[in-house]
Amino acid sequence: MATEEYSEGGSVFQFHPLDQFIVKPLFGDGPVSWYTPTNVTLWMAIALLAIVAVFVLGSRGRAIIPTRLQSVGELLYGFIYKMVEDVTGKDGVKYFPYIMSLFLFILFSNYLALIPMSYSPTSMIAVTVILGFGVFIAITILGFVKNGPAFLGLFWMSDAPAFLRPIIAIIEIISYFVRPVSLSIRLAGNIAAGHVVLKVFATFAAAALISPAAILGIIAIYGLEILVCGIQAYVFTILTCVYLKDALHPAH
Amino acid sequence: MATETTDVAGVCVDAGGSALGMPQLCADWMPNQIFWLVITLIAVYFVMSRVALPRISAVLAERSGTITNDIAAAEELKNKAAEAEAAYDQALLDARAEANKIVAEAKAEIQAELDVELQKADAQIAAKTAESEAAIAEIREGAVKSVTEVAKATAKELVVAMGGTADAKTITAAVTARMKG
Repeated sequence: MATEEYSEGGSVFQFHPLDQFIVKPLFGDGPVSWYTPTNVTLWMAIALLAIVAVFVLGSRGRAIIPTRLQSVGELLYGFIYKMVEDVTGKDGVKYFPYIMSLFLFILFSNYLALIPMSYSPTSMIAVTVILGFGVFIAITILGFVKNGPAFLGLFWMSDAPAFLRPIIAIIEIISYFVRPVSLSIRLAGNIAAGHVVLKVFATFAAAALISPAAILGIIAIYGLEILVCGIQAYVFTILTCVYLKDALHPAH
Repeated sequence: MATETTDVAGVCVDAGGSALGMPQLCADWMPNQIFWLVITLIAVYFVMSRVALPRISAVLAERSGTITNDIAAAEELKNKAAEAEAAYDQALLDARAEANKIVAEAKAEIQAELDVELQKADAQIAAKTAESEAAIAEIREGAVKSVTEVAKATAKELVVAMGGTADAKTITAAVTARMKG
């Protein structure tokens, strides 16, 4: 796609909306091997530092009457804690730190990516696939460890008519294996698409004639992205909670 | 975008430094992202589970404890205030009753004194009246006697002037009889 734009030559616009996702080494121009510190590393580290700033430095005072930063941390804590408790029940609460970490990483990565010139790790398929399949594999193992073979009861609708049960089981198994794919594609797709659209509008803003409309478009899409970033983090987390509930209580 | 040599850029970036296809799907970059993602997730998990979450849950527990205590203390203070108000009302009631009693006592005392005074006054008045009556009776008696004496003397003189002999006894009897009439 980008190469085709090059060949046009005469065009005013240089459309490279996907260039923002290129992985570059932080130091030098060498090849990107698995351990090279890259812009991905940098923005993941910034997300980590932001989380530390809010949750460790913010709650440093352990104040009964919280400071602003501490109350942000407490709000997020209460929000996710209540979600885990409501969806998975009391016995799911011990997995709360994992879910909280997942949520915070996605939330902070999403929002930090909205800073101009930043990089969005959660728009990368490789990242979200690891997140999605990590959740999937962990929850599947947990389901078998907790329930043994009874975990397979998740796929067997015992209250459905007998002749429908095998068909439902096949559908359930397919939908079960689609879960991690939908989790990861949804997150990466939403974030990447939003950034591409922003970039396209930004390219249009270079032309004087349509730049006011393009800038308004950027503002509108940016507002939408602010929503999408929060919602995608929320959706990923609540779906994780729902899957966790299935693993803990497979009986329908 | 800085121009990079093609051998450095690899299969995902073209000669101009732009992405070839979607960078998301470039297999060359995936191990890097996965490696750093795993590192970051582990770091986030350790920070959260070791430091942040226990601290926040402790703060929240402490806060709810403090709030419960404060509410209990407020309840206690409220009860105390109610007690104090009841005591105040009781004191007010007592004081009012006391005042009424004192007023009644004073009234009774005054009444008693008044009665005594009135009786005394009545007695004085009665004594005075009796005295006056006695004086009046005396005066009247004196007057009657004088009239009798004058009448006797006059009668004796009249009898003598008419040439009779004035028998004192007869005249007295006659005057007395007339005076009675």
